[in-house]
Order: sequence, then C-alpha cells, then structure tokens
Amino acid sequence: MTSIRDHLGIHANALALREQRNNILASNIANAATPGFKARDMDFASELQRVSGNGAMQATHSNHFGTAASSDGQLMYRDPVNPSLDGNTVELAVEQMEFSENALRYQTSLTLLNRRINGLMSSIRGE
Amino acid sequence: MSDIRNIFDIAGRAMSAQMTRMNTVASNLANANSLAGSKEEAFRALRPVFATEFSDQIHQNGVSTVNVEQVVQLDREPTRLFQPDHPAADKDGYVYQAAVDTDEEMVEMLEASRQYQNNLEVVSTLRTLMARTVNMGK
Repeated sequence: MTSIRDHLGIHANALALREQRNNILASNIANAATPGFKARDMDFASELQRVSGNGAMQATHSNHFGTAASSDGQLMYRDPVNPSLDGNTVELAVEQMEFSENALRYQTSLTLLNRRINGLMSSIRGE
Repeated sequence: MSDIRNIFDIAGRAMSAQMTRMNTVASNLANANSLAGSKEEAFRALRPVFATEFSDQIHQNGVSTVNVEQVVQLDREPTRLFQPDHPAADKDGYVYQAAVDTDEEMVEMLEASRQYQNNLEVVSTLRTLMARTVNMGK
C-alpha cells in the first residue's frame, strides 16, 4: 500500500489541500458582506511541505505518512489592499482570482493523479 | 458554531442570506411611496444584519458561512408632506412618506445580486471539480 501511495507522490496531498483551500476561499466569498469578517487563507507551499512530512513534523519512520486536512492554527489572515470601513477584509476581486487559480490547480493535480493511476493500471494489465 | 461540512453548506447559506437581503430591498422599494398619517406609523427601510457562522471544526478546516442574525428597521426620519386632501392626513394636514432612499436600495439590490451570483459560481465550479474527482482513475 505504501508503495502505491509513494507512487502517487505529492499529488494526493496536494489535491486534499487544494480542496480545503477551495472551501476556505468559498467561506471568504460567502462572507463578502459580513461586517468585521476577516478573510483567511493558507500558505499553500508551506502547508504542502508540512503535510508531506518535510515541514516542522518530520517523518522519522518509513511507516509515517503525512495527514492532509488538518491545518490547526496554520490559517492566516489576509492583508487587504483596500480595507473597508466596516472592518471586512474580503475583496471580491482578490478572492475570485485566488479561487479560480486554486480551482485550476486542483484540476492540474487531478490530471496528474489520473496519469499516475492510468500508468499503474496499464502496468497491472500488462498492456 | 454549527455543522458546516462542505461547499453546499457554505454557499447555500450565503445564498439564502443574500436572498433575505433581496427580499428586504424588494419590500423597501414596494413601500417607497406609501404615505402614513403619523410619524410612528410611517414605513422605515428594513435591513438584514449579517453575522459569520463558524464551523464546529473551524480550527481544523477554517470553514465558515454567513447567517442573517436579525432584520432591523433603519432609524430614519420619514419626510413630512403637506397634503390636507389626503384621507390619512393628520389634523394639521400633514402625511408622512416612507423613509426609503430608492437610490440606496438599488445599490443594495445590485450588490446582493452580484454576491448571490458569486456564490452560485463557486458552487458550480466546485461541483464540476467534484464530479471529475469521482471519476478519478477511469
């Protein structure tokens, strides 16, 4: 099992993190009109390093693996370009841009995963 | 705090909140020209108060949505008009026009519909991604 996981590599973790980030960005968009709401986001590169076991938590045993979807305390607040008077830091243009980029990158991870899986499948079938 | 798990919870509730906002705008505009016999009876514009609703697992997934906490009446003075022939006029011949700024309501309506669209766009994008993920490896 671990060798299959190793074969899928970073893309499995990346896909889970992209999905989580999609939900966070969707929360920001949902709260675009809530006074005092502070937009949140994650630092994707360092989060990916962390869940892949290369960050603060080290994988010291060959059976250790990274757990995606647990970003306890890893979320940060966005620094707004144009803060609004009601204390809301959601800027729709920024959020939409981040969201569409994240959705595209999710698709990229998905495509790469599919290639890996298809590669496995054709070697299993011996095609 | 509540059980918010996926995009349908997040965007669905946000869309209902925007829809409530649209409904208040509609009733404000509908009553914009209504007249009343006293200052107290005159219509005053309604506004929803939005509040963030955090997920139970906010520390794990950072997810939140929005709820309409309450709908408030704005503290605006109704305009006093001198119309002695109006059946609702008071003893001095004055009627009170609803305290609704139609321009402001139109702006509110545009903003609400834009944000509704944004949430809808988010749902349809993520739904497509989910459908593709279900077919992973095929």
